[in-house]
Amino acid sequence: MQDATKPTAQTDERIKEISAFRKALIRPELGGMVGTIAVFTFFLLFAFDSGMFSSQGIMNWSIVSAQFMIIAVGACLLMIAGEFDLSVGSMIGFAGMMVAIFSVTFGWPTWIAILVTFALCIAIGALNGWIVIRTGLPSFIVTLAFLFILRGFTIFLPQVIERKTIIGGIKDVAEGDWLAAIFGGKILQGAFVWLGDAGLIATFERGTRKGQPVVDGIPMLIVWALVLIVIGHILLTKTKFGNWIFASGGDAEAARNSGVPVNKVKILMFMFTAFCATVFAMCQVMEFGSAGADRGLLKEFEAIIAVVIGGALLTGGYGSVLGAALGALIFGVVQQGLFFAGVESSLFRVFLGVILLGAVILNTYIRRIITGER
Amino acid sequence: MNPEKAPIIQMKDIQKHFGSVIALAGVSVDVFPGECHCLLGDNGAGKSTFIKTMSGVHQPTHGEILFEGKPMHFNDPRDAITAGIATVHQHLAMIPLMSVSRNFFMGNEPERKVGPIKFFDHEYANRVTMEEMRKMGINLRGPDQAVGTLSGGERQTVAIARAVHFGAKVLILDEPTSALGVRQTANVLATIDKVRKQGIAVVFITHNVRHALAVGDRFTVLNRGQTLGTAQRGQITPEELQDLMAGGQELVALEGSLGGTV
Repeated sequence: MQDATKPTAQTDERIKEISAFRKALIRPELGGMVGTIAVFTFFLLFAFDSGMFSSQGIMNWSIVSAQFMIIAVGACLLMIAGEFDLSVGSMIGFAGMMVAIFSVTFGWPTWIAILVTFALCIAIGALNGWIVIRTGLPSFIVTLAFLFILRGFTIFLPQVIERKTIIGGIKDVAEGDWLAAIFGGKILQGAFVWLGDAGLIATFERGTRKGQPVVDGIPMLIVWALVLIVIGHILLTKTKFGNWIFASGGDAEAARNSGVPVNKVKILMFMFTAFCATVFAMCQVMEFGSAGADRGLLKEFEAIIAVVIGGALLTGGYGSVLGAALGALIFGVVQQGLFFAGVESSLFRVFLGVILLGAVILNTYIRRIITGER
Repeated sequence: MNPEKAPIIQMKDIQKHFGSVIALAGVSVDVFPGECHCLLGDNGAGKSTFIKTMSGVHQPTHGEILFEGKPMHFNDPRDAITAGIATVHQHLAMIPLMSVSRNFFMGNEPERKVGPIKFFDHEYANRVTMEEMRKMGINLRGPDQAVGTLSGGERQTVAIARAVHFGAKVLILDEPTSALGVRQTANVLATIDKVRKQGIAVVFITHNVRHALAVGDRFTVLNRGQTLGTAQRGQITPEELQDLMAGGQELVALEGSLGGTV
């Protein structure tokens, strides 16, 4: 018996040596990286003079990308844990509407309105997860139900309470509120004034704001996106909980046999997805100053597309937050870039479809190399 | 076998009824540290029910389990694992998409504190995984190699090594060789041999007499929920074992017509 092990103890002659370069390259984010480079190359070549890469242009597609990133981080971790949330878009609309009703209609201090909205939405996320776990139904169906339930309430509540579907005036009530500033404020304004004075970025040339930079700071939306990406990435790859997320999505039964609290992990990820959707809603409401019943439409699919472009496996157990963030960046840059390039906007979908297909084919190939799937 | 040693686990007159079905009708087995105890039986003989009782999945309807001489009552598999009884299932042990080291430490992740935050100690996990795998005779390309790239036998070995590393005193292997090729089976049997030499009790469930005879110290045959006795190594021939498993008579007749090839 001892002899039988000896051949395997030496290196197996049937396994090819993989070069360090190839090894560094073969990672879940590769598809997202290639896509990002391709998209930037394309727009640098064809839309360089369009203003897309001026300070306002960069801010424009950065904000759109950051929006996608915020919901993509939640969707990514949830998908790796083996579940979907199709109610993200409706949750965005619902969260925005609730904070507007609480602060404008009820007249609560904005920070209380925001905290209550967060608590409510995260509780709905937990309910989503609890139903999925208890019934054993596919999360696809359960959250599809919540897509309609939440959207229905988002349209119904303001009509009953205010007799309209858009509630405005949030900017006025949120003025000077400390928590509202964390979602609607801007940072590094001084640096942008300095950059404007130094002539490095565009400034207004006439009007009351003459001399001030056109882009006057980094919106908190972008800060939130970056913070969530960093936290999500560290959580997934560098902590015990991250290992549980992979395990829960990879094979829930095997994970349970090894003592991983799979149900807890999945419910927490539903709650985190709801949290991300609420962050998105708060930033949007504070920026626009109003909440509309149609906000966040189709966002759940855009988040899932970004995550899939980023290399995650639809069936769970495999993926990367950095990849999802790159997927969101590709999404944002393409959407805004085609506008800058003067391309007919309907072609956006064609372009997106091509990128989605290309990235997914590349990702499938990479994943097979890494995981030995057949 | 080793008279100076006390049995680590004793199953005394275990009965298990599922409604009106009697799955186990009084089975008694002793397992000693450092032995490989083979549990043989044909399909439906009650092997699975018996080991599920031993690993805490089922509670016996009647009978007693003594672990290290003390009566034990396992409410669920967690209790059994905590006591040191680890089960390696043929499937449901490894997650193919995850790396070997992530699989190895799944549910038992080592942590390293940096300030107030606890991180997964990948460095430690990788080092230990490589070491343990080398001990079992498997040379990994790297600790980040996905389990999906390993062969079936190697996956079993990873699962066994994991159980041993986390302090198993009794290792239950549920048909580890039934889906493997010749070479991979040899690897798993060699692994069983190594584990036994570390003083761990191995309960090896199989319906393949040759695999059992290759590593087994003692053999217990189950048939229709009953033990047909425990035999020591060297006291029994493969033919006798085969007969016991099949319940004697019929197989003798069958074997005659097949020319002794079963």
